[in-house]
Amino acid sequence: MKPFAYHRPTDLAQAAALLASTPDAAIIGGGMSLLPVLKLRLAEHAALVDLGRIDGLRNITAGNAELSIGAGARHAEVAASPEVARTIPALAALAGGIGDPHVRNRGTLGGVLANSDPAADYPAAVLALGASIHTNRRSLLADTFFRGLFTTALEPGEIITRVTFPVPLAAGYAKFRSPASRFAIVGVFVARFAEGVRVAATGAGPCVFRVRHMEEALTGSFTGQAIAGMTVAADGLNGDIHAEPSYRAHLVGVMARRAVAAALAA
Amino acid sequence: MDVALEVNGAAVRHDIRENTLLVDLLRETLGLTGTHVGCDTSQCGACVVHVDGRAIKSCTVLAVALDGSSVTTIEGLAATAGGDALHPMQTAFHEKHGLQCGFCTPGMIMSAVDLVRQNPAPTEREVRAGLEGNLCRCTGYQNIVAAVIEGARVMRERQGV
Ligand SMILES: Cc1cc2nc3c(=O)[nH]c(=O)nc-3n(C[C@H](O)[C@H](O)[C@H](O)COP(=O)(O)OP(=O)(O)OC[C@H]3O[C@@H](n4cnc5c(N)ncnc54)[C@H](O)[C@@H]3O)c2cc1C
Ligand code: FES
Ligand code: FES
Repeated sequence: MKPFAYHRPTDLAQAAALLASTPDAAIIGGGMSLLPVLKLRLAEHAALVDLGRIDGLRNITAGNAELSIGAGARHAEVAASPEVARTIPALAALAGGIGDPHVRNRGTLGGVLANSDPAADYPAAVLALGASIHTNRRSLLADTFFRGLFTTALEPGEIITRVTFPVPLAAGYAKFRSPASRFAIVGVFVARFAEGVRVAATGAGPCVFRVRHMEEALTGSFTGQAIAGMTVAADGLNGDIHAEPSYRAHLVGVMARRAVAAALAA
Repeated sequence: MDVALEVNGAAVRHDIRENTLLVDLLRETLGLTGTHVGCDTSQCGACVVHVDGRAIKSCTVLAVALDGSSVTTIEGLAATAGGDALHPMQTAFHEKHGLQCGFCTPGMIMSAVDLVRQNPAPTEREVRAGLEGNLCRCTGYQNIVAAVIEGARVMRERQGV
């Protein structure tokens, strides 16, 4: 790794000031995506601003209608949280299936969302649940947050502080994992609300996306049968040694039906 | 930048470069070479140590980020179980033939101990899931899984090690 300065602010204002005053400074959360990139020298930064010591950035609270998770919450904390288990158990299961135990002991919700890796798990839940992403400057709806491959609506120096999730009537997540990395080759999250069903797919395209025709069918009838045989167009989907676009398109259908089954079994 | 840690029960204070990884502090500065580097890309788990009791990959954490934390490496593990020459999980790996070349073993054992502390009686399936972040190129995993189940049994008998 190239040398860098390192800062460990204890509140958000300090963190924001450091980011504003240091050219080419980057935020570091759990470091599970950033450090591998720095080690390979695919990126370099003059300074890192570590959010790990900021009070209150890690806590998880839940009312009946809303679950609120701090951006600094580790995946293992979300997986083990009684608040998450009580309100959105599918989200706890998703967090418990990220990577491996060591990745879950360091990686954070905010880091995953800011990174917007096309194969990350959380984006599917955040988009399907219609969550709000709160930063030190504003609140963004999931529908406008994810912009493309490793691209989000975040501005330079903007810090994700918290994510709030509306509590659904039922939800489920299913992923077809890469056996080597455990990232999603395709993952689908379904969430059923009184107003209708939302479906989001990760891993399939350059960025997480909603599957509207499945949403309509599942809003009519929340059963696997309602989306039997449905897939998505393979055009523009990811293709690599693990799976070509047409296979990923097929997997979106299979994972969606498994996610519905999981939601019905919960 | 100054960093103060407790490593295997001893207070350690060093002025290090900000970009020092925990594994490099352990191996290069402190001479604790039991923690291995297998991949350097956060995949293999040869570098796993405990930080404040939880297993993490020491090749993917900045030492300065852990200021004030307590670190346990394979060298300090036996002492956490009352100071025998070997921790029960180490004995189980020995007895069940849970290693061949031994390169992955320190990380396997550190991961296994955290796994058993969270889940004192893991099933075979749970052991395999708990070791997903640890790769072994020799054993085919069968004996590693058997060793973890045996180590868990002894840890239960001796409660809380
Ligand atoms: C072996 C391995 C397997 C993995 N498997 C999976 C998997 O199966 N599924 C999955 O989803 N992920 C997986 N990951 C990624 C993991 O979940 C990371 O933890 C995550 O992508 C990044 O979170 P972090 O807290 O470590 O962020 P960091 O690495 O610290 O940061 C990542 C990016 O986000 C920015 N950032 C961090 N926090 C904030 C914030 N609060 N506000 C604004 N910007 C911020 C940083 O500047 C950086 O650009 C895996 C990683 C590894 C190493
Ligand atoms: S050396 Fe750390 S995971 Fe391989
Ligand atoms: S014993 Fe050789 S790598 Fe596991």
